[in-house]
Amino acid sequence: MRKISIDPITRLEGHGKIDIFLDDEGDVANAYFIVPELRGFEQFCVGRPAEEMPRITTRICGVCPEAHHMAAAKALDALFHVEPTPVAHKVRELFYMAFFVTDHTTHFYALGGPDFILGPDARPAERNILGVIHKVGLDVGKQVIDTRMRNHHVIRKMGGRGVHPVAAMPGGWSKPITEEDRAEFEEIARKNVDFALFSLKVFNDVVLGNPAYLEMVLSDSYTDRTYSMGLVDEKNRVNFYDGQVRVVDPDGEEFVKYHPVEYTSHIEEHVEPWTYLKFPYLKAVGWKGFVAGKDSGVYIATPLSRLNVSDGMATPLAQEAFEKMYDTFGQGKTPSGRNRPVHHRLATHWARLIELLYASERMLELATDPEITDPNVRAPVTETPDEGVGCVEAPRGTLTHHYWTDEKGILTRVNLIVGTTNNYAPMAMSVKKAASSFIKKGNVSNGILNRVEMAFRSYDPCFGCATHSLPGQMPLEIVIRNPKGEVIERLSQNVA
Amino acid sequence: MSKPTFAMYWAASCGGCEISVLNIGDRLLAVDEAFDVVFWPVAADFKYDDVRGYPDGYIDVCLFNGSIRNSENEEIAHLLRRKSKVLVAFGSCAMAGGIPALSNLTTNEETLRAAYLDNVSTYNPDRVVPQPNTTVPDGEPHIPVLYETARSLDQVVDVDYYMPGCPPEPHQIWAVLETFIQGKPLPKRGSVIGAGEVAVCHECPLQKDEKTIERFYRPYEVTPEPGRCLLEQGIVCLGAATRSGCGALCPQVNMGCRGCYGPVDDIGDQGAKILAAIASVMDGVKPGKTDHEIEQDVEAGIETIADPAGTFYRFGLAHSVLRRARKNGRTNGTATRLEIHHEENQY
Amino acid sequence: MSETFEPLIVGFTCNWCSYRAADLAGISRKKYAPNVRLIRLMCSGRLDPTFVLKAFAGGADGVLVSGCHPGECHYLEQNYKMLRRYTLLKRMLAQMGIEPERLRLVWASAAEGNKFADEVTAMTEEIRVLGPLNWNGIDHARQRSEKLRSAERPPSAPEKTEKKAKPAAVAARPAGPPAGKKPATPPGGLKPPGPGKPKPAPPPGAAEVKSVPAQPATPGEVES
Repeated sequence: MRKISIDPITRLEGHGKIDIFLDDEGDVANAYFIVPELRGFEQFCVGRPAEEMPRITTRICGVCPEAHHMAAAKALDALFHVEPTPVAHKVRELFYMAFFVTDHTTHFYALGGPDFILGPDARPAERNILGVIHKVGLDVGKQVIDTRMRNHHVIRKMGGRGVHPVAAMPGGWSKPITEEDRAEFEEIARKNVDFALFSLKVFNDVVLGNPAYLEMVLSDSYTDRTYSMGLVDEKNRVNFYDGQVRVVDPDGEEFVKYHPVEYTSHIEEHVEPWTYLKFPYLKAVGWKGFVAGKDSGVYIATPLSRLNVSDGMATPLAQEAFEKMYDTFGQGKTPSGRNRPVHHRLATHWARLIELLYASERMLELATDPEITDPNVRAPVTETPDEGVGCVEAPRGTLTHHYWTDEKGILTRVNLIVGTTNNYAPMAMSVKKAASSFIKKGNVSNGILNRVEMAFRSYDPCFGCATHSLPGQMPLEIVIRNPKGEVIERLSQNVA
Repeated sequence: MSKPTFAMYWAASCGGCEISVLNIGDRLLAVDEAFDVVFWPVAADFKYDDVRGYPDGYIDVCLFNGSIRNSENEEIAHLLRRKSKVLVAFGSCAMAGGIPALSNLTTNEETLRAAYLDNVSTYNPDRVVPQPNTTVPDGEPHIPVLYETARSLDQVVDVDYYMPGCPPEPHQIWAVLETFIQGKPLPKRGSVIGAGEVAVCHECPLQKDEKTIERFYRPYEVTPEPGRCLLEQGIVCLGAATRSGCGALCPQVNMGCRGCYGPVDDIGDQGAKILAAIASVMDGVKPGKTDHEIEQDVEAGIETIADPAGTFYRFGLAHSVLRRARKNGRTNGTATRLEIHHEENQY
Repeated sequence: MSETFEPLIVGFTCNWCSYRAADLAGISRKKYAPNVRLIRLMCSGRLDPTFVLKAFAGGADGVLVSGCHPGECHYLEQNYKMLRRYTLLKRMLAQMGIEPERLRLVWASAAEGNKFADEVTAMTEEIRVLGPLNWNGIDHARQRSEKLRSAERPPSAPEKTEKKAKPAAVAARPAGPPAGKKPATPPGGLKPPGPGKPKPAPPPGAAEVKSVPAQPATPGEVES
């Protein structure tokens, strides 16, 4: 049994490796997507004051700290039984939309985009943000950096800091928005909308307009028919900040819709001994292993799934883009009239850009809302805390924080189901499927390896990578060992 | 002439330090022009074996963030130390343990139990817990050993410089990178760089007057008066015992400092310093009472501070004097150890 | 070989009241437990919490803090500050797993020699029941008694120093950090005083000892 180890996987947050085991014919017997780290937030937060959680849980992920900050804020609202003021909700959501814009931008242009815009077989030296810029122009590169910077400026102004914001309180936000800030944020939101439309155009021209890429998007190698999950508002439209959790089955019919506080009735997690990360699945369907289909509890929680579960987008331009995407895939409607879900994982990149547009439009709506500068951003906390659940959509999936405290608000128990965690089983399946499709008879090449990595990258696992430009030699080495562990072959590219 | 080489690595971290580097904006292009990136897992596809193949000292500057929590973190710390000319402990975690070091207040046994065994959303009837070595039908995957105690980078290897912050602020990062790019002389080895030399209070714009604090409030219990020192208003703020350099960001949105820029200097223990400072500036002792009554009054006032250990040591537990909570509870003279599979015998 | 555990208590006393109380107990030939090692500060308000932490980390099983009664401080109000620090520190230590009984506050005026002595004896017995703290898993209690025994032996039988003795309870470590790295302890700590050698009181105003690492001198020996 030969083993191929990709260690570490790169261009994602955190640590990971892929162990691919080949059978005697040199075909893929199995692939293990391994997460080798655990930090233990669920335990070391016990004993901390609950109101510190928006400042502690941000350190779960430094790329999406805003998501944890928001989920923690909402968990505190529930814990302290306090309803934030209307303007507090708006202020939080405005902050949150700025975050979605910068995060989705980072992922598309620096992480997922290069694989697409340049193609999987492009020279590794080009397959990065620099290559993107060469292909679509230096202006684009600067626009990407500007988009990130101006939205991080909003995050810092509102949240206190550029990374790991601090302003969330139970019942609201620690500081209101001044009129001066609001005007600035409005300008930024308008630029965001333009940029989002531009990005969709880039995708349309460069990806959809290219038959080879289109084939890749539609190919079966990157497709798995699973359940989809996402938060929706009262009209079943995508909402990142609040709503109910909706799950649709692989055929597109609503499977369940529930209030986030009921999550333990609907989701369970499975443990494997070879990885520190757990595998959530739908409790009602059950854990059937790493398989797809209606009988398996595996589900995705990604931009793609969020669009799959919704009946539309809440802003006009995003709605147009939404309809266009489903029309393009032409899967038709379900008996109840819903769009059939798209299961092609690479389409997640497209869905991400549609969300980028929605976040921009929503940000503009909020920045032009006359109430947004109301100083009353904190509702007083008067009740005794006991237990609370907070749920938001993180860019990478549905994020749930669950706190229990004593009567003084000191945490006694914590449970977290983090965005990417939802997708762990589907990612593992995607990686295995890609590996099985492309690695035959022991033939492993560099382009093949990249196709395997592309399988997980579309999920944007917990990290929207650097906009940093890369001299990008992408040195890669694959070591193939026999069962005794002796090296029998070494493939490398650009290794010094 | 080849460019100087640059590496950035994350151990037990969150990625925030990487994002902060990105947040230097278009100065990134200048960095890219000046350096060859030779290892940066978030951004580039160099693998561990590539680094193993570099000659020793090949990396001119290595920014190492994240605390040392498992055997892989430690292994790569040693590897990068060998391969780097200048190794910077970047961010609170590498410098002093950071948030992951809060785990030092508990034990691996509790952590594993909370995640895998006693977890409200986990179904695990066979009580499976991740193991460093497992056998599956296809082979033997390995995962790192989880250490009981998170450590700072300098508790594992020699460190050349420290850059504090969670994460270090972009303008400070650029100031340091610019020094490297322009070839300016570096300060004495072992220095803290990219930060100030006084306490955060000096750069905080909030107005400070007389401090007479009778009690403290939880942040949600009060709305602070704008423009006035938070500590004076009974809101816990660690600014007095924290190094400047961030610009006092948190107090400016009405949230108390939590000390992420580390201690002001090398002397003493940051948590002990802020404990002493807070106790000093409290007041409220009324004359004419008995010793016992006075003790009770003081106790009532002190009770209003929630979670001293987790607040005063929020970012620096690995660098504190005690470093971790006692693992075994009461002992009878021998250090009895709880035998779990992640036994690693580091502290 | 079973031995009664002899607690080691570090006692911080103030120049004007409690140190004089201890003096008085001595002059009065009052019998009391010899387990306390006194350190004289000019004022109990000089007590930096770091001193207490270093005492525990360095092998003390208990720390005694003693100063003038509230309202009688030579420097007016500093013992109130000490009281607040002590109270807050005690809570924090409890979070770190150090039992509240290990840190004790005694108000003692210069005339209260008997009281001081009785408190020391009471504290010694309480801690004897609690057992050694053995911070970081190092069996300080056993190291102390081994050192005592070695001091009692004739000089021709050389003994290992306390630094090299590795307590049996500590299991072998796997590949540890490289030798020669310094533990990242901030300088400014105090070594736990050796048995049988009363530590001279530091000169007035110079209570902070510089550049002496308080951790066991061999890097990497610290264990939990």
